[in-house]
Amino acid sequence: MDITALTSKKSLVPGLIAVILVILLATSPLYVPAYWVIRLTAILMYIIITVSWVIFSGPTGYMSLASAAFFGIGVYTSAVLGEALPLPVVIGIGGLICFCLALLVGAATLRLRGIYFAIFTFGLAELIKHVLLWWEIHVTGTRGRFVITVDNTTVFYVILLIFVVALLTAYFIRHSKYGAALRSIGENEEAAAHAGINVTMVKVITFAISAVFIGAAGAIMATRWTYVEPYYAFNPLYSFMPVLMAIFGGMGQLYGPILGATVFTYLEEELITRIPELYMIIFGIILIVAILYLPNGLVGLIQKWRKGGSVEQNADT
Amino acid sequence: MMVTILDVVIAGLLLGGIYALIAVGLSLQYGVARVLNIAHGEFIMLGAFATWVLYSVSGINPLVSLVIVSPVIFIIGFILHRTLFRSLLNSSPSLAAFEGSSLLAAFGLLFIIQNIAILVWGADIKGYSYLAFPVNLGGAVFGANRLVALLFAVVIGLVFYLFLARTRLGKAIRAAAQDPASAGLMGVNINRVLALCFGLGAVMAGSAGLLISMCYPIKATMGIEYTLIAIIVVVLGGLGSIPGSFIGGFILGIIGSIVTYFEPGLSIVAYYLIFVILILARPTGIMGR
Repeated sequence: MDITALTSKKSLVPGLIAVILVILLATSPLYVPAYWVIRLTAILMYIIITVSWVIFSGPTGYMSLASAAFFGIGVYTSAVLGEALPLPVVIGIGGLICFCLALLVGAATLRLRGIYFAIFTFGLAELIKHVLLWWEIHVTGTRGRFVITVDNTTVFYVILLIFVVALLTAYFIRHSKYGAALRSIGENEEAAAHAGINVTMVKVITFAISAVFIGAAGAIMATRWTYVEPYYAFNPLYSFMPVLMAIFGGMGQLYGPILGATVFTYLEEELITRIPELYMIIFGIILIVAILYLPNGLVGLIQKWRKGGSVEQNADT
Repeated sequence: MMVTILDVVIAGLLLGGIYALIAVGLSLQYGVARVLNIAHGEFIMLGAFATWVLYSVSGINPLVSLVIVSPVIFIIGFILHRTLFRSLLNSSPSLAAFEGSSLLAAFGLLFIIQNIAILVWGADIKGYSYLAFPVNLGGAVFGANRLVALLFAVVIGLVFYLFLARTRLGKAIRAAAQDPASAGLMGVNINRVLALCFGLGAVMAGSAGLLISMCYPIKATMGIEYTLIAIIVVVLGGLGSIPGSFIGGFILGIIGSIVTYFEPGLSIVAYYLIFVILILARPTGIMGR
């Protein structure tokens, strides 16, 4: 089809920029201070969660608040299996468990639309957290667990690898028949079903794929924390942050969520370290201002600026 | 045995009264104003802290504080809707888009209100003792403060019900809940009614906070816990059904009390389990349309 030819020509320059950025990131531990490697790891982690969230929730419009559940499961996979198995296997298992859970959740929630899907996924994350907490206190006998640690550079490279795979997956889904099917589900689910799309399959599989990366990120990030407990691993912020970051960045283009996650994470860390007592106020104000005045996120702002204020016809929304 | 059952049921009702009040508030904000207010608990916290300050600094009776706290919180809620949520509603292309963006804006509010509370009152646990003497109810013993809190929760609920059922403004609210567009055509000032509902929802939260502060210790980060319970109750009663939320509050309170009797650590687990199963099996809730 000519659409694929068009995208490949159009994506040549951004693709080149992406490759250069990844090379720069991959070599960064050689020349940037160790402290910055840790910060980059945090930024990449949030980009992974946000991009994964956008893979499913962006085109379909189903707002998932299950990210914290997937992340926490990844963290606990690491905590439970970290000593027994090698790191890549642990990360793989973390991703796999999340994939299976997402399949189940996806299949169970097919009938739920709109706000019901959001509150169900949120409730699920909280349910897992509280069951785990009860189990740890009453059966295991401790509230938290110690995780085997891995050095910062390894964590960085693993996160970078997950980041690249997540990004490529997002890109290929977006530019495939599959992505078009997802967008048509977002526009009108009944019409999509009538057009011959297996709506159930597409939705459930995409949701499960997006969960894998969040689980894998959780598994590797756990090794940096050394001590984990349910409240920490299943923090609802991991569910809300990707939504905020994606909206802040703008979901019209793939680079939107990346930009949003980068700016947000950087800002958050700067605020926490510089003005911890006012961090939440400033964060809240930025959030509200962004929702009020940046309906298309940073991407919308950039496009407006590039087109000189003319209305932009956006094929990728 | 009888005393145990009595004990569990009354404890459930005492808990349920508070749950009912906060759920009615949230239900009003979601059912009519379409804002799933994740910052609902912050208004509970504000009500609790305002009462604590009035009691410990000025020595004002917590129950008297109701007439001071409620109007202030109403005005805050009303203005918030008139400014923030109003402009979000205007700029949203669809109701679904508004529900999403207002949820996120409420999340921003949660951050702001909580941070202000920590700045003003600190992050420590606070509390005061009021009517903390035991009352014997047929063998089951409860603090008088908790019984008074239940009484007030029921009275506030009833007054609000009468307001909805018997007054012109109440009728306007019910009309706006059913069909905002037609209600607007019939001469209901929709913008004012929506802001009113948001303000009233905040008042419910604030007065629940007042009652909570009489019975339990309070802290600046207490809000989110109650928001989650309110969401569970609202789903239990049926999203948007105000009587459903009121009854759902008592049901959840009794369930919580029964589970706590057998295994104290599992009450929250039970809440979420019911919540998750209910959404799957009957998303419209027990009283939903």
